[in-house]
Amino acid sequence: MANGKSSFLDNLGKIYMIYTVGFIVFVIGLGIGEKMGMSNSMIGYTYMVITIGLYAVIGISSRTAKVSEYYVAGRSVPALFNGMATGSDWMSAASFIGMAGTIFGLGYDGLAYIMGWTGGYVLLAVFLGPYLRKFGQYTIPDFLGARYGGSAARTIGIIAAIIASFTYLIAQVTGVGIIMSRFLAIDFQIGVFVGLAGILVCSMLGGMKAVTWTQVAQYIILIIAYLVPVTVMSYNATGVPVSEVMYGQVLQKIDAKEKQINADPKEIEVMGLWKIEADKIDADIKALPGSFEAKKQALNDKLAALPADAPAADKEKAQKAITAFPKNPAEAKEKWELAKKAAMDKTKPIKPYLQPFARLDMLNMLALTFCLMVGTAGLPHILMRYYTVPSVKQARISVGWSLFFIFLLYFTAPAYAAFARNEVLSNVIGLPIASLPAWMANWAKVGLVSFKDLNADGILQFYELTIGADAIVLATPEIAGLPYVVSGLVAAGGLAAALSTADGLLLTISNALSHDLYYKMINPNASILKRLTISRVLLVIVAIISAYVATFKLTIIVELVAWAFSIAAASFFPALVMGIWDKKANKAGALCGMWLGFSLCLFYMIGSRFYGLSWFGVKTISSGLFGIPLGFITIYVVSRLTGGAPKDIQDFVESVRIPKGASVAHEE
Amino acid sequence: MKELQEVSKEQRDLYWKKNIRLTTFTLVIWFVVTYVCAFFVKELNNVVIFGFPFGYYMGAQGSLIVFVWLIFNYAFKMNKYDKEFGVEEEEEK
Repeated sequence: MANGKSSFLDNLGKIYMIYTVGFIVFVIGLGIGEKMGMSNSMIGYTYMVITIGLYAVIGISSRTAKVSEYYVAGRSVPALFNGMATGSDWMSAASFIGMAGTIFGLGYDGLAYIMGWTGGYVLLAVFLGPYLRKFGQYTIPDFLGARYGGSAARTIGIIAAIIASFTYLIAQVTGVGIIMSRFLAIDFQIGVFVGLAGILVCSMLGGMKAVTWTQVAQYIILIIAYLVPVTVMSYNATGVPVSEVMYGQVLQKIDAKEKQINADPKEIEVMGLWKIEADKIDADIKALPGSFEAKKQALNDKLAALPADAPAADKEKAQKAITAFPKNPAEAKEKWELAKKAAMDKTKPIKPYLQPFARLDMLNMLALTFCLMVGTAGLPHILMRYYTVPSVKQARISVGWSLFFIFLLYFTAPAYAAFARNEVLSNVIGLPIASLPAWMANWAKVGLVSFKDLNADGILQFYELTIGADAIVLATPEIAGLPYVVSGLVAAGGLAAALSTADGLLLTISNALSHDLYYKMINPNASILKRLTISRVLLVIVAIISAYVATFKLTIIVELVAWAFSIAAASFFPALVMGIWDKKANKAGALCGMWLGFSLCLFYMIGSRFYGLSWFGVKTISSGLFGIPLGFITIYVVSRLTGGAPKDIQDFVESVRIPKGASVAHEE
Repeated sequence: MKELQEVSKEQRDLYWKKNIRLTTFTLVIWFVVTYVCAFFVKELNNVVIFGFPFGYYMGAQGSLIVFVWLIFNYAFKMNKYDKEFGVEEEEEK
């Protein structure tokens, strides 16, 4: 067994190289299959079965009964491979599918996400990664517990870890369900539970060890899937297949095209029509609650007025309209205000794609970047990964590899956005509605693209078209004229991104409960077998709860994920950083700091989201902006007021600061 | 924590000072490529290279390249300091 293990670790490069080549051959094989008449749904199923099957094989063959392997992959993951695993652990369905679309819609201001989600690794590299590895336990609450003594700090750590990870987990499970249901044409609920099986089979038997090696495999698939379509698109548009460099030319085209559109009389006509639309909605809002009752009645009448032999589709449509209608006047007000705002946006000329701060003001863009950065460096499922490398030295290098592998995708996302925007502006706007490209109709069916000839001139104007953020990456293969096998590949990549992140999060939550809560606080005498069994049972329970919550498709989830960053930033980051960088920081300081940072962050979130609170105009998503500094200041001040930290804790900090004596875990 | 006896306090303080200098350097560059560049993005956009307005480019790709370099630079320098000040960890088995 020991022999088999080391030969696997010695041959990692070779094994994953063979795996990569094998995967490419598989995709080419499917491509040949498609040429010979394999159907689209057949291709979709083959992708899902083969990739999930692969992950399952890796997950099962990495099963373990050793504590150190279950929690930290035996601390034997080389820096480069830990980097890949961190890459796919980090990049979620939102990064893979949504990032390019966000930039497509927000232009320069959307780059806050690109900088925020990469720049955070610099903070992680210098403030936390290597020191946590030197500390060398199993979880992030472990560090809080050791540094600040006792259960109180650990408990806050557990709560914050669970809050930040669980919302994020639900979003991933939802992502899995959406991808499954769209590409396999199965029910969303079934998609969620099939995906769940895919997640559990990777993590349950082998814990961190299995998750690590599956994540590496998932990274390889997701990066191939991300790069192929945009490279072809770049080749089609510019003749050079390096999208990351060539999209500069496209940016200039976008700028010219936007000016042209803003001057087009037909476009101006459509803007005028949106003004009328906005006024109508405004009148409805003013007439509440009467308008609510009248509209509701009208919808019911419409359904009742359908003749008994009307087509089922018409009935279904009328029924859906009733279900989608607001439940009460308050909800109607909120929905209609949003609709009015959306309509008002379409009454003004297009804001140039390259113009900075057109959609977010400077303060909000910088604040968002900052919160995402600090949040990135404070998310426990990422920090945990640096426990798995063999040494402090490798931990430092590994942060570099992590960012490098993440960089490959984020570096390309702006190119995706630019090519897609150019395609839409140059080759879609201005076409007769009757002869729009096929990809638009395909994605209109699932609601990601919608268009309506407002001014009835038979031509598509810019403001007659709405493209959902998720459509950009998903539709690019079709826009570039690639065969369906590439669309399937992109779906498999999105699935890999969602599954890998879900695995990491699930493990973080179940470890917080089984290791920190149960073993460290409730039953320190538990046997290894008992600890691992409890951990596995919790894994299944948490997974089922998350899948159950995901089936409700709550719209608030997307928002909550963004909040998770601010929460992690305001609660974890200051206590972790001060724990290493300030020898005097003590228990009282940390408890007050974590609690106040978290509370202020939450207070501003809820206040600004629901009660119109606004400090300097900062938006809800950047709530951490206030909590982070408060956390740091509180820890600093309270620690000094309460007499600093005892000698043994100061020695502990001194020892964490030097790599010498790093614990090489040999626990069985 | 026997490593604290193995390495003298002076040695450790010197090492920590070096670390703080490198960390400060890393954070200054990090701050400049993100926040300073974003603050002056309009001015920087007047420079157009290969179709890219420079301010936009820094946000989309330039800052990312610098981040990757910063982390590797930090890692290699720190790993060197470890040896220099005798605080490197024992060879891995």
